[in-house]
Amino acid sequence: MKKTYKLFINGAFPRSESGRSYPIYRKGSKVLLAQPAQASRKDLRDAVRAAREARLKWQSATAYNRSQILYRIAEMMEGRRLQFVEEIMAQASLTKSVAEKEVSEAIDLWVWYAGWCDKVGQISGANNPINGPFYNFTSPEPIGVVGVFAESDSSLLGLVRAMAPALAGGNTVVVLASERYPLSAITLSEVIATSDVPAGVINILTGIRNELTPWLASHMEVDGLDISGEKSRRVEIRTLATENLKRVADFGSSTSPNRILALMDQKTIWHPIGI
Amino acid sequence: MTENVNPFAYAPAPESRELVSIETSYDLFINGKFVAPKSKKRFVTINPATEEVLSKISLGGKDDLDLAVKAARRAYESVWSKLPGKERGKYLYRIARLMQERAREFAVLETLDNGKPIRETRDTDIPLAIQHFFYHAGWADKLEFAGNGANPRAHGVVGQIIPWNFPLLMLAWKVAPALATGNTVVLKPAETTSLTALLFAQICIDAELPPGVVNIVTGDGSTGASLVAHNGVDKFAFTGSTEVGKAINRLLASSGKPVTLELGGKGANIVFEDAAIDQAVEGIVQGIFFNQGHVCCAGSRLLVQENIHDHLIEKLERRIEKIRVGDPMDKNTDLGAINSKEQLQKIIELTQSGEIEGAKAWQPDCALPSRGFWFRPTIFTNVSGAHRIAREEIFGPVLSVLTFRTPQEAIEKANNTPYGLAAGVWSEKGSRLLWASRELKAGVIWANTYNKFDAASPFGGYKESGWGREGGRHGLLPYLTHSSTPRVKPSKGVRK
Repeated sequence: MKKTYKLFINGAFPRSESGRSYPIYRKGSKVLLAQPAQASRKDLRDAVRAAREARLKWQSATAYNRSQILYRIAEMMEGRRLQFVEEIMAQASLTKSVAEKEVSEAIDLWVWYAGWCDKVGQISGANNPINGPFYNFTSPEPIGVVGVFAESDSSLLGLVRAMAPALAGGNTVVVLASERYPLSAITLSEVIATSDVPAGVINILTGIRNELTPWLASHMEVDGLDISGEKSRRVEIRTLATENLKRVADFGSSTSPNRILALMDQKTIWHPIGI
Repeated sequence: MTENVNPFAYAPAPESRELVSIETSYDLFINGKFVAPKSKKRFVTINPATEEVLSKISLGGKDDLDLAVKAARRAYESVWSKLPGKERGKYLYRIARLMQERAREFAVLETLDNGKPIRETRDTDIPLAIQHFFYHAGWADKLEFAGNGANPRAHGVVGQIIPWNFPLLMLAWKVAPALATGNTVVLKPAETTSLTALLFAQICIDAELPPGVVNIVTGDGSTGASLVAHNGVDKFAFTGSTEVGKAINRLLASSGKPVTLELGGKGANIVFEDAAIDQAVEGIVQGIFFNQGHVCCAGSRLLVQENIHDHLIEKLERRIEKIRVGDPMDKNTDLGAINSKEQLQKIIELTQSGEIEGAKAWQPDCALPSRGFWFRPTIFTNVSGAHRIAREEIFGPVLSVLTFRTPQEAIEKANNTPYGLAAGVWSEKGSRLLWASRELKAGVIWANTYNKFDAASPFGGYKESGWGREGGRHGLLPYLTHSSTPRVKPSKGVRK
């Protein structure tokens, strides 16, 4: 039986309000794999609103709790390994062993970033020695809502690489899935929906990048962007992002704690010392 | 006390102007030498407290910037990038020491050029500027421990534009970390306050800093715009208004050049009912009247818990009546001159809007000098969050007072702004301070204090107050590249 691939907004799986979908074929053939939703500007706005409202829940969860939830995503993916492998093989026309490797790496990546949730503050924070009687410390905080551009030439790994750092830093996300390989993103949302991730923390849109990119880049309630996975219209994205001074992270396909920190702001707190 | 004679009044205690010799005109500082501007243009700089012309400053043009950027490039490639960190550090230590030796001169010059009280330049601006050089000197040979990987590298030539509110201090915030991390610099001081930067140029000569490592190109907005547009600059750092910061970021969007932005603010200063009121009153005064309110992180929105509002305002007014406004060169002066006629107009315009929109203004009945640019310390009560004086940065000695009932409401109001530079919170309850500090969306939180600065303390904004930090370990990172950061890959164990 074929599956209907829908959007993932605020913990639910709606079709696009525009009623549109677009065909995904097996790579290099005319065999129809699925017709995922083609998200509209309105869907994107709904996703941003959901992410905005979910901020409090995600940010006020303890880092230990967030860590366990991201780890839970890895556990749930493991249970649906076969489905991920088959989808990657079909979409990207890859061999089973290559697809299996991609799924394994994606699972490992969730585990790696899950562990950072309660450590990133320790490697990047500071207790600052002040020239006077003050206690002064610096710690990183999430910036808020991050728009994530998944890598366009990857089904699963490039998606996880792009979204996991933003989440590990305590941000909520609106993810634009790969236009050509969107099926793994929706299957991942089905995993997320059963991993104790609060509704709205992760929102995933499938559709046409050229339609969605300017709206995501210019949305005034989006606080940051990870454009590592987007190779086109980068100047336009950066220009639009300037309107509310979105933080823009650009790390290619690298994996590093700096990628988490690029989507966090450092807060410094002072208090006098005295009797 | 009789009507005319106050036996407790302060006698005048003027600092000596003779401590500084100001030249009739200044050249640009390029490649280790003072050179006449190719543009052949000069403009006057005045003392805002007297409107007396102090000197003529060069207006750097495109050709001058070309020379400066070329000199910085040459210095980077041939000398500065090859020097071991230890040796770079020695230059910075030397600069700090030379500045200490001439600290009093710097203080007088800054007060004459900027209009801020000598007490502030002497006790805050100059010592902090020196601390920045001393602090960063020690980082120069320890960069591999700064957190950007084992082999951090400089960008190359850094373009820097600084504001007029803390002229030498902002220079130090920009130049010290740039040099410590191995970059070379082209700096443009603010149009109205170039003199201490030019005295700093002399310090660079006296420290025998290799020519071209620091270049100072004075000028106006057009000079700054040419620097931003210059292809030879690898990284940019700007402190100033959010509007200009956005324009700079748009210009640099196509190049993807890294940029640090320290922009405007509309800092909330929250006083809870359980605060130590007298300390809070001092903190409120320090928060808004320090440096005539020409402070991007000023506590310009006072949020008071409703039940203590009247009591607090009464105490605040009594305290403000004691503020001594006048001659910045007098060691007893608390509030000096507004930096320029233009800025004074802006303050007047915004305060008028406050009265038109229905807020209630209060000012002490203090005398103001007849010449120069002055504005009395002002507090507005009956302010609503929609008023312009509650939303826009006034950058002057004007406080807007709002009230709240619950802690949640205080945070909501405090965060209801596109800015996020700094905030204050006053309470005697530790858990409430930490809760409020966590909830406030701002880069610097002063709990039971306000407007404190230190070279070791990172400073910078959330949201539209900019990004990047200055000061502390965090302040080094924007001046180092990520390119050499080792790519960490999660280990790939054998899966079963």
